[in-house]
Amino acid sequence: MNRTARRKLLSAVFVGACTACVLVALIPLALILFFVVSQGISALNIEFFTHMPTPVGEPGGGMANAIVGTLILIGLGAVIAVPVGILSGVYMAEYSGSRLAGAIRFAADTLNGVPSIVIGIFVYGIAVLPFQQFSTLAGCVALGTMMIPIIARTTEELLLLVPATMREGALALGATRARAVFTVIMPAALPGIVTGVVLALARIAGETAPLLFTAFNNRFFSTRLDQPIASLTVQVYTYAISPYEDWHRQAWAGALVLVTIVLLCSVLSRFATRRLERMHAR
Amino acid sequence: MEPDAVAVQSPLRVIPVERQPLGDRPVKIDVAALSFYYGNQCALDHISIQIRSNLVTAFIGPSGCGKSTFLRTLNRMNDIIPGTRVEGRVRIGDRDIYGQDVDVVALRRQVGMVFQKSNPFPKSIFDNVAYGVRINGLARTQSQLRAAVEKSLRAAALWEEVKDRLHDSALALSGGQQQRLCIARALAVEPDVLLMDEPASALDPIATQRIEELIYRLKADYTIVLVTHNMQQAARVSDVTAFFWLGRLIETDRTEKMFTSPREKLTEDYVTGRFG
Repeated sequence: MNRTARRKLLSAVFVGACTACVLVALIPLALILFFVVSQGISALNIEFFTHMPTPVGEPGGGMANAIVGTLILIGLGAVIAVPVGILSGVYMAEYSGSRLAGAIRFAADTLNGVPSIVIGIFVYGIAVLPFQQFSTLAGCVALGTMMIPIIARTTEELLLLVPATMREGALALGATRARAVFTVIMPAALPGIVTGVVLALARIAGETAPLLFTAFNNRFFSTRLDQPIASLTVQVYTYAISPYEDWHRQAWAGALVLVTIVLLCSVLSRFATRRLERMHAR
Repeated sequence: MEPDAVAVQSPLRVIPVERQPLGDRPVKIDVAALSFYYGNQCALDHISIQIRSNLVTAFIGPSGCGKSTFLRTLNRMNDIIPGTRVEGRVRIGDRDIYGQDVDVVALRRQVGMVFQKSNPFPKSIFDNVAYGVRINGLARTQSQLRAAVEKSLRAAALWEEVKDRLHDSALALSGGQQQRLCIARALAVEPDVLLMDEPASALDPIATQRIEELIYRLKADYTIVLVTHNMQQAARVSDVTAFFWLGRLIETDRTEKMFTSPREKLTEDYVTGRFG
């Protein structure tokens, strides 16, 4: 075999190996989607979204309380985490050389790596035990705590991508440092930051462990912040480990709704990014 | 042509230049023994120069000679680089800009800057020009703001090209238009000194010519300091030229003198292209 032919063969082998690995990586995703959709779709109907869970043995019913609960939990979690996360990201980007920024960065990475069940126990200690009460608010604190490091690191990375000439341009016009950050640098990085926030939302929407001893669960419809609240993930967990066939079907449907919410978040973030980018450029 | 006049030769037209008695102009920027350090490395060594009002002063010299660094000491833009140190004195108008009670924000409003690479903000054309006006609170009403934007765009010779699309993104403009937009943006805060750091180095010859014509016109109202790599450009647009070499100011004089009969051998070698 001559040299050229051997190189072509090698190239083909490597491309083939890469393609095969991509397929292997996609198989679990495809299987999960297939099972969730095929099992969940049969129990999914309007009633699932509008009705409350029924007692064991009684057919029908839905997860209206859990769906609303999940939306409240991730929404309020974001209200806690977005300001804190973005502002710490700004600090890390602005003072990126300083020792404190390095410490915050390390802390954020560590917090990001803390198992979610540990975060659940921590919030149980600070927001449940003192009040002797599981509550929506405690669940939000737990989810928010998980979001903060993700948002902070994403914000930092995106702010650092904005060219330094942009900052100099603003400063040269008489902007103060804070003004330059909030009127020029942040808007320039906004599409990416929005994507980061939405992906963080998608990520925590699927968390169960931090909610087990914070928001707990609730059989009834509740929007009170000082009371336990149902969530899709905990509801799916409860139903899935139950011995009842009916509840299993409901759990699959819950899983399908959950996956759909996460998927919607991803699509929404892409859409928002494109819209914002088009507004900024060209 | 009258014997008293020299001409600025540009490819498309000849702009007559009246011969100015340069020494009569008031001193706008007075720099005395300015040294600048990046850490321990001395980037500027005892620079003293007087920059006069309503003239174009060009800084020339090989890469790394300190001309951009010097330009950036004039609006304290180097303050944002950590580990730098300034010695000496810079007076602009009647105040020492490195003095104790100087408001850097106010200084930068008075001393505008245009950068080598055009850096429009990712906002609309209008918002780019309005940016400085807004943050400095220079316009009280919307109509004052619109008037300020139009005036600046006209001064930067960009109004006719963009007046129908003020709310389009500035990033859609061509490179030369973006640079003129940055000039308009700098003019909008009503500075009296304009620092330009190789404003045409990334532009094609036609766009460069427009910028040069603009610089030429702007000196009626502003004191302009121009850093340039291009000696022909310095010869075309400036009244006074200063030659920098290895962090030192070798010579400064009227531009025609610098390019025809400089005092220093080093200057002559540089302007005749023997090095650099």
